[in-house]
Amino acid sequence: MADAPQGDFLVLSQISKRYGGVRALENVDFRCRRGKIHAVLGENGAGKSTLIKIVAGAVQPDAGSITLDGRLRQFGAPAAATAAGVVCIFQELSLMPDLSVADNISIAAPPRRFGLIDARAQRRRAEALLAEVGCEDVNPLVRVRDLPLSRRQMVEIAKALGQKPQLLILDEATSALTSADVEKVYSLLARLKTENVAILYITHRMHEVEALADRASVFRNGRHIETFDKGARSTAEIVQLMIGRDIATQYPPKPKRERRPIAALKVDRLGWENSLESISLEVGGGEIVGLGGLDGQGQKTLLLALFGVLRGVTGAITVNGRAVRPGSPAQAKAGEIRIALVPEDRKTEGLMLPMSVSDNLTIASLGALSFGPFVDFSKEAGAVEAGVKRLRIKIAAKTDAVSTLSGGNQQKVVIAKWLMTEPRIILLNDPTRGIDVGTKQELYRLMRELADQGAAILFYSTDYDELIGCCDRVAIMYDGRIVRELAGGELNETNIVASSLNIEGEGTASAGRESAHV
Amino acid sequence: MSSDLAIRIRQNFAFLTAVSLFCVVYLLYHVAHPKGFSSAVLVQNGDEVFTLALVAMAQTVPVLAAGLDLSVGALMTMVGCFASYLLSGAPDGTALSLDLAGWRLGLGTLPGGVPGILIGILVCLAIGAFAGLINGVVVVYGRIQPIIATLATGAIFIGVALFLRPQPGGKIDDDLNWALTNSLGDFASTVHIFNDGAAPWFAPFAGVPTPFVLLALIVLLVWVPFSRTVTGRAIYAIGSAEGAAYMSGLDVNRARIAAFTLGGFFAGCGGLFLAIQTSSGNADIPQAGAYTLNSIASVVIGGTSLLGGSGGAIGSVFGAMILRVISFFFRIFDIAPLLQPLFEGIILLAAVSIGALRVLRVKNTLELFR
Repeated sequence: MADAPQGDFLVLSQISKRYGGVRALENVDFRCRRGKIHAVLGENGAGKSTLIKIVAGAVQPDAGSITLDGRLRQFGAPAAATAAGVVCIFQELSLMPDLSVADNISIAAPPRRFGLIDARAQRRRAEALLAEVGCEDVNPLVRVRDLPLSRRQMVEIAKALGQKPQLLILDEATSALTSADVEKVYSLLARLKTENVAILYITHRMHEVEALADRASVFRNGRHIETFDKGARSTAEIVQLMIGRDIATQYPPKPKRERRPIAALKVDRLGWENSLESISLEVGGGEIVGLGGLDGQGQKTLLLALFGVLRGVTGAITVNGRAVRPGSPAQAKAGEIRIALVPEDRKTEGLMLPMSVSDNLTIASLGALSFGPFVDFSKEAGAVEAGVKRLRIKIAAKTDAVSTLSGGNQQKVVIAKWLMTEPRIILLNDPTRGIDVGTKQELYRLMRELADQGAAILFYSTDYDELIGCCDRVAIMYDGRIVRELAGGELNETNIVASSLNIEGEGTASAGRESAHV
Repeated sequence: MSSDLAIRIRQNFAFLTAVSLFCVVYLLYHVAHPKGFSSAVLVQNGDEVFTLALVAMAQTVPVLAAGLDLSVGALMTMVGCFASYLLSGAPDGTALSLDLAGWRLGLGTLPGGVPGILIGILVCLAIGAFAGLINGVVVVYGRIQPIIATLATGAIFIGVALFLRPQPGGKIDDDLNWALTNSLGDFASTVHIFNDGAAPWFAPFAGVPTPFVLLALIVLLVWVPFSRTVTGRAIYAIGSAEGAAYMSGLDVNRARIAAFTLGGFFAGCGGLFLAIQTSSGNADIPQAGAYTLNSIASVVIGGTSLLGGSGGAIGSVFGAMILRVISFFFRIFDIAPLLQPLFEGIILLAAVSIGALRVLRVKNTLELFR
């Protein structure tokens, strides 16, 4: 639509929200327009999540007003916001795992016949919406539980689309997606823009802002700092606004080596079911080795296999020259093996959310903190303090439930927990997913520090920048195999993308995304 | 990509296992029974299964929303005690009055004969649904965990039942008892339809046990449509991921109240039938407890996850039937009655373990915890 109205569609004025003593938002004024993609930027804990929860009706503001399409609104529940055309795609997926894809997509307002849900119409509707987001390969009958995370996110997007949004809010919606799906989401957003939908886009990826946004707003510490048009600020300036302090270099320098260090972890022709095939890999003490490639090519499975989670693994695993075969995480973390895994989903596999920060920190290393069968409280307190200090975890009290922390701090708790087991081999499964820039940099520094102290690190990431910046070498996986290992000068975006798509050689691939190196 | 059928089979594996298991044990039972495959045996089985099947369905609905209902047995008992007053079917009308320790609570009189009995049945069912509604309201607005809330309301229901029937007693209209607890032929001849059940086309159906027909009707006319409403779907959604259900704009409170209310209705149907079958009301506390525990066992055997979100009431009906058939075996094989609980426990454990067999096939041990 060429003659789209240019007035503000959503106007927030003087919004404030407190959680107990914590100030989440303070006197926020914010506006966004129809037919524009508006990026919302800020570190974790900056107040973005609270902001969208307020707009979506999930949280009530303590003060301030919401005006939507010229009308003053108060959303008492998400249903009210949805009815007004505000649709959210949340970072924490809003899908019901035991229900089928079709059920999920039409959950709030399914097609009905004689008052009852019309399963066939619902299925057709799901198929149509899945096709719209380019996911024809998902069978609507399948339970969401049985889909990989990246597919679930696409289902989530299809579900949101089905609610006919006037204002679409995406909270880190691409963080779990494969690059191919990201492209689909981009073109979908471009189309919605032409249909005059207002789009709020929360992201931690700077190149997405460049690729997508028409306008951007930066939040910091619960305050709205600045809103500007695309191009008005450089990436460096934006990062500066977000963190409010200078960042010298994004990635710590890599050590120069004459030859490879002795392998601390050696994997020889590892296989599992149909997912892993003849994986051979070495990680030296002091090395950070990346696992790259498109999402779902077996990277996560490989980490699980090394951590003793999978049964029926074939091939050999050697740790410091000794053949090992951990049968469970308990065996993997103990004794001579000492492997740690920072898992994919910190909320379910990394943390016991209702338990305290200190319980979470010590849960993997209680053996060392015990006297006989009893936990030694003074030892435990000391270990907790050391862990909190080492990773600079921001907590009010160590007895607080870990669920009260921001995403970045939660991830720090997971990592600190594993460092307490003094691991020799550290497996990282996309540890920076959904984490703000500042914390990411702390993690990069920490990884290098740990490597310098002799740890062997195997690091899976969906972010190519990160792999290039952090890793000594990167093994690219495709369809359960390692197709290429990149090191030194070869380690660049073009090669990673080419190998990820299993295209041979340098220069044959041109699918490399624009990326912003800060 | 596997075919739709394969997906459906995989998703309903536990349910299909329960159905097959039932078919096997029930067939064995008939083979071993001296009068196997006869209408008389079927009728007897139907009478014995009906109440537990309904109580199991009552348990299923809240369990799907991830809440255990410990009051189903008590609710069933309470409705049975009400029925023993409301369905006595005296010719001059059913007196709605209670004589308790010299107190006489007059509540008026229902018209005599058929209309009075129908009104009495409706009142009983309404009492069941209302008691379920109380459960739901306490859970939702009291913000109390279902297991605790229903532990308390269950005690209240038993209290009401004891108040109504300090001793077993009361009476159910004889025609009603005869019509509903025998075969369709007896039903037809009692209510004078189909030429008193002698119509030639009716002959093949005359031997079908009425309780099985009632059970099928309740499943088809109440459960199946309900599970296809938005509220029914919302109950599954709550059991699967309550936060996601709320964020999807579903009315979580209404769905949860509906779950308990429907559960109360089913339990009420069960209590009503038990009273009709035994022709009396009995505030039997151990029996109420046994029904509650057996209902949970039936739900699990029938393939509904106690964590909520998957399964259904039809599976629980099969679960209840499996449990009952197991106890039938004790009659025909003449095992010492004292050994019955021991064997029942072992067989229950074995039946439930079938569902756990998948653990052996799981190659990714992380999936065991999802």
